[in-house]
Amino acid sequence: MAETAESKKEEADYKRVHSFPLIRHTDMPEEMRVETMELCVTACEKFATNNESAAKMIKESMDKKFGSSWHVVIGEGFGFEITHEVKNLLYMFFGGSLAVCVWKCS
Amino acid sequence: YKSRQDEDDGTEMADGTDEWTQGKTLIKPPDQLDLSEAELKEEFTRILTANNPHAPHNIVRYSFKERSYKPISNVDQLAVHLVLDGNLLHQDSDEACRQRARQGLEKVLRVVLWQVFGEGVAEEFGAEERPDSAESKSTRREQKLTNQFNFSERASQTLNNPLRQRECQTEPPPRANFSATANQWEIYDAYVEELQKQERNKEKHKAQSMKKEEEKSRKKTAVVETQSDDITNVGRAAKIMERMVNQNAFDDIAQDFKYFEDASDEFREQEGTLLPLWRFQYDKAKRLTVTALCWNPKYKDLFAVGLGSYDFSKQGHGMLIFYSLKNSTFPEYIYPTLSGILCLDIHSSLSYLVAVGFYDGSVAVYNLKEEDDEATYRSTAKSGKHTDPVWQVKWQKDDMDNNHCFFSVSSDGRVASWTLVKNELLFTDITKLSVGGATVERSEEARHLTMACGTSFDFHKKIDYLFLVGTEEGKIHKCSKAYSSQFLETYDAHNMAVEAVRWNPFHPKVFISCSSDWTVKIWDHTVRSPMFTFDLNCAVGDVVWSPYSSAVFAAVTIDGKVHVFDLTVNKYEPICHQLVAAKKTKLTHIEFNPVHPIIIVGDDHGFVTSLKLSPNLRKKPKEKKGQELPKGPEVEVAKMEKLLNLLREPDNS
Repeated sequence: MAETAESKKEEADYKRVHSFPLIRHTDMPEEMRVETMELCVTACEKFATNNESAAKMIKESMDKKFGSSWHVVIGEGFGFEITHEVKNLLYMFFGGSLAVCVWKCS
Repeated sequence: YKSRQDEDDGTEMADGTDEWTQGKTLIKPPDQLDLSEAELKEEFTRILTANNPHAPHNIVRYSFKERSYKPISNVDQLAVHLVLDGNLLHQDSDEACRQRARQGLEKVLRVVLWQVFGEGVAEEFGAEERPDSAESKSTRREQKLTNQFNFSERASQTLNNPLRQRECQTEPPPRANFSATANQWEIYDAYVEELQKQERNKEKHKAQSMKKEEEKSRKKTAVVETQSDDITNVGRAAKIMERMVNQNAFDDIAQDFKYFEDASDEFREQEGTLLPLWRFQYDKAKRLTVTALCWNPKYKDLFAVGLGSYDFSKQGHGMLIFYSLKNSTFPEYIYPTLSGILCLDIHSSLSYLVAVGFYDGSVAVYNLKEEDDEATYRSTAKSGKHTDPVWQVKWQKDDMDNNHCFFSVSSDGRVASWTLVKNELLFTDITKLSVGGATVERSEEARHLTMACGTSFDFHKKIDYLFLVGTEEGKIHKCSKAYSSQFLETYDAHNMAVEAVRWNPFHPKVFISCSSDWTVKIWDHTVRSPMFTFDLNCAVGDVVWSPYSSAVFAAVTIDGKVHVFDLTVNKYEPICHQLVAAKKTKLTHIEFNPVHPIIIVGDDHGFVTSLKLSPNLRKKPKEKKGQELPKGPEVEVAKMEKLLNLLREPDNS
């Protein structure tokens, strides 16, 4: 009993602790990176249950702000190989289990 | 007849009045309808309206818009009975104007043509217009309109710029590929790593805050360092630039140094030449004499020049300068000294240690690695500096405590050994030179009077304790480090001061000496008289063996000449004697470069000239057919032996 309680605590802990946005790989300039990251966090928090809507929101905002055309993938388990325009890629983790990949390629 | 009567009635009015009164008789045409009286009286009403009786009452048209037949409200009632086109024109209408204009022009044209072209043309035109001519005459009074036929159009085409097509394709923004996997475990791992990193950073910050206090004191130096870092970076780049510029400026000399071989040497049987290469000079050293030269054993292009003055009356400051062959315009290292330098030596293994002997009798050791230009060690009056100028210094092998030590010889008759112990120079007298051999019993005064003045010395290459000292009286003493007051041997070498004494680098028994009495002598140290004597017709400043052959040596004289001797070629005369310096320049020192075939020569104006030896001067012995040529110092030794044997045999016999 104690063990399970502990493990539960750990889980909760790790989820809490690991939920900050962590940039895994990016080659964006500083400003762009910060803005995009914040946008992703906002979108994911707003559409916590619906990845598609979150992705839609991110993609449309990015298109407006930085030009067409952006692609966004949000998910918990996927592999990818993409071609992106240099200095326009952001790959980050968020919420302990979500991975967000945003890139521009017209 | 009846019809004729009707007609007559109509036409002849005057006559008809008569017939009217006679009375009418109605005449019936034959095809008239036969109607009864009643029918004749019947009234038929005829209403005259504007309506056209033939026009249809209702016309229906198909309307596509409403997709049905629609009756047209207004039906056209107009009936045209007769149409006749007339040829009247309104006078203001276009056509009328045009016609009038044409008529007017014709008149003018006829006149002009008559004038310009003569009757013939006018007749031509006239033929066409004859029907109009009557009209045209009448309208001559009208205004003259512009003559359309004499109207010349002037047109010109401006230059149309040729059209060009220009296309351009911009470069598409660069793309890159990226691939990764997003799984739960990847995410987890990434977070864990990040947390660890953060923790490590926190620790670092804690540690740093403790060190901050320590660092505050070092802040100033750190600031200075960063500043000087910039300068040193620039300095390094500037140095490289300087070298490049020098190489370019002296490109031909550099090429000569490396590749030029005097081809004419093939034609000159035994003689050779010296090709002048770079000339090293330093502004501040202009008034000083080159008193010492030494090649750096480690860096083959670096050499040290000691500057001072031989003149007793004109003693000023001195300088220790290092030049590199790569930069002949400016020295690499400069050390100004208070007193003139007379000799210097670079340590054979630690090429940054330089021992220097001064005119004021002190010795010093410079460390080239240090930044400042002060001597690292310096002897003072307390620590046993010589009382007279130091003429020669030489490094020795490290002593048993691994301290560096060097020897110095001076005019006060002492040969002293100096040891570098930590921060000091400790000295020990090795030998006291005195006239007439060892004299322990004599009194102090007498000893002083009979002190000989050492002017040069040299240590044997192989036999460590053996060394030679040359004196101002012209004697050469063979001494040992072990015996302090006794000489092993004394040679009555010269009539004047011995300027230089040097052991042969190959043959263990041979040494050479030169003196201001115009002679250069070669000795076997076992024999008291010289093996060879050369008279150079001028006071000899310095003599030096070549590093590549045991039988080749070079000497410089005060008249500015360099003499190179090769004993295997010519035992009596130099194979090269060449005027190297300008008039009235005394050559003071000469040194062979251990690796390259060049020599450097110093003179009394502070210049150092480098010269390349032509092939004849650096001949290796010829191969004998069928015999392998043993290489190495043994050959050189054998060479010398042969020469000496030649001399000895007549002696023996």
